[in-house]
Amino acid sequence: MIHIGPYIEQFINWLTLNFAEFFNAVKYIVESVVNSVEFVFMYPPFYVIIALIALLSWKRSGLGLTVLSILGLMLIWAMGYWPQTMATLALILSAAFIALLIGIPLGIWAAKKPLAGKIMRPVLDLMQTMPAFVYLIPAVLFFGLGKVPGAFATVIFAMPPAVRLTSLGISQVPASIVEATRSFGATPGQLLFKVELPIALPTILAGVNQTIMMALSMVVISAMIAAGGLGEVVLKGITQLKIGVGFEGGIAVVILAIILDRITQSFGNVKKSNI
Amino acid sequence: MLKQGKSKATILKETGCTVAVKNATFNIEKGEFFVIMGLSGSGKSSLLRCLNRLIEPTSGKVVLNDRDITLLSDDKLQEMRRKEMAMVFQNFGLLPHRTVIDNVAFGLELQHVPLEERTQKAQEVIDLVGLNGYEKQHTAALSGGMQQRVGLARALANNPEILLMDEAFSALDPLIRTQMQDELIDLQKTMQKTIVFITHDLDEAIRLGDRIVIMKDGEVVQIGTPEDILTNPANDYVSSFVEKVDRKSIITAASLMFEKPTVAIFRKDGVEGSLRKMRSSGLISLPAVSLDKHFLGFVYLKDILELKAKGEHTIEKAIMSDVPVAYPEYTVEQMLPFIAENGRPVPIVDRQTNKLLGIVAQTSLLIETTGTSWENVTGNTIDNLQKEII
Repeated sequence: MIHIGPYIEQFINWLTLNFAEFFNAVKYIVESVVNSVEFVFMYPPFYVIIALIALLSWKRSGLGLTVLSILGLMLIWAMGYWPQTMATLALILSAAFIALLIGIPLGIWAAKKPLAGKIMRPVLDLMQTMPAFVYLIPAVLFFGLGKVPGAFATVIFAMPPAVRLTSLGISQVPASIVEATRSFGATPGQLLFKVELPIALPTILAGVNQTIMMALSMVVISAMIAAGGLGEVVLKGITQLKIGVGFEGGIAVVILAIILDRITQSFGNVKKSNI
Repeated sequence: MLKQGKSKATILKETGCTVAVKNATFNIEKGEFFVIMGLSGSGKSSLLRCLNRLIEPTSGKVVLNDRDITLLSDDKLQEMRRKEMAMVFQNFGLLPHRTVIDNVAFGLELQHVPLEERTQKAQEVIDLVGLNGYEKQHTAALSGGMQQRVGLARALANNPEILLMDEAFSALDPLIRTQMQDELIDLQKTMQKTIVFITHDLDEAIRLGDRIVIMKDGEVVQIGTPEDILTNPANDYVSSFVEKVDRKSIITAASLMFEKPTVAIFRKDGVEGSLRKMRSSGLISLPAVSLDKHFLGFVYLKDILELKAKGEHTIEKAIMSDVPVAYPEYTVEQMLPFIAENGRPVPIVDRQTNKLLGIVAQTSLLIETTGTSWENVTGNTIDNLQKEII
């Protein structure tokens, strides 16, 4: 019998003890990010937020999504889950933002340096296939209970698609275009920002979409460590065997997912049709 | 490993590396249209990329204006690529997310030229290559020919000394290709750029090049003017290409000319003298020249015989002077109208002095036109053929 568990436990404990300052700083930053995003969504009355989301749907997609988002969000409000939905939305967007902030540069790095890419691939596989609940434990040890460990677990779970698709997008830029750019005396930075990133943008945006969707699924799970939001509603449904409450929370999650998915997808599509 | 005298095949076997270019040494003059010709895999593209170090040469030098490019630092290399050399690619290498004008201004943008100035410069070259009206289009919407104009304009916008063109026209339809070739020749005449052009098509090489270098397996096989290569192929490899080339528009009178033809010299050779020359050479017509070799016309056997019957001594009355003459730089194509029924050779005279330089036999013209090689026709040498006809 081999016990890997104790070693991992020791390692996590060691991290918790020795990097307490660091984790506190991270906690402080993430908490303020999440809280300010939450404030933005919570402060205005619900109809203002619905109007803004409807407007965005109209601009990015069209009539269908606009009607769907107005009716869907109204339903959520009518069910009485508005604050939870906004809390969830804030947590998703903050976590996705952090995941992209780390994931996109990592993706670029992986595309540029084959060795970095090779090392990253198994790590990403691990991050994606590890049952999401497992992340909750070290998250609690590092950050205690609440939104921050929820965001932390979400970032880890949602980051791989951002890294993968950024890396894919960059390495798919035709070699002939890269060569032509170099032949005109582009610096590596100019090559990246003027050529590679713009051409890879549709693929990167697909990664953004994936990251947001994965963040959504993780945010529900992170209700188990008191991250709040719609996950809490669903969790209540499970623990108290209230099937109605569980489904109400679930429906709210689905509505949020559809709106987020369609809107973020539309960014990628528009870019593609330009090319 | 090459220096140890190992062959390309041995090196491939031992290291898995292909020797792309070896021992390629040549000079390119300022303002020259220099063509590198070879089949795929001959190392021509690698050679071109060594010039701006898109591929780093493992050994050797690339010297531009007394500066060894292979020693430049990254900064200097970027500067050189921005200002001195610009490249045009077979697959265009345009930026799909940008409009035509933004593609053309791209090189200037990399140099941090202000927006207004670079737009203005880009517009100038867009007009130059005939792209006006397409400025705001996305490049993917354009035809191949138009895309390559964008590629050319992008290179010209930097105002480089040297244009590197990698099979720039190979991906285009034959008609468009010819048109682009003509435009490039005109552009080069007006802009006086040094052009290094790569092609696998000898016809194209000959049409464009001031000088051509032919490559095979990474080595230079022959360097010379188009005419050098057509008339004196260095080896069988080159001749196998040359055979397939349309020679009409390249071969000139000077290279076909038989230089010391038998002539009747007016005021020196009389009727008897001319007859004797005709008899000994077996010809029925001779070019007639004055004592200082000015071309006068042709004399024919039957006219001389008539004069002899009348008892005249000079050949003056037998000289047919309404004979069209050609100049040494005339091509076979230009001399075709000279082919006459009676098989008279074409006299080649000096444009200034009107002196007879030589003659071109009509058979030579016919052979060049039909593209058959000498050996296939008669098994004879050029000189013999000329004599037969004259």
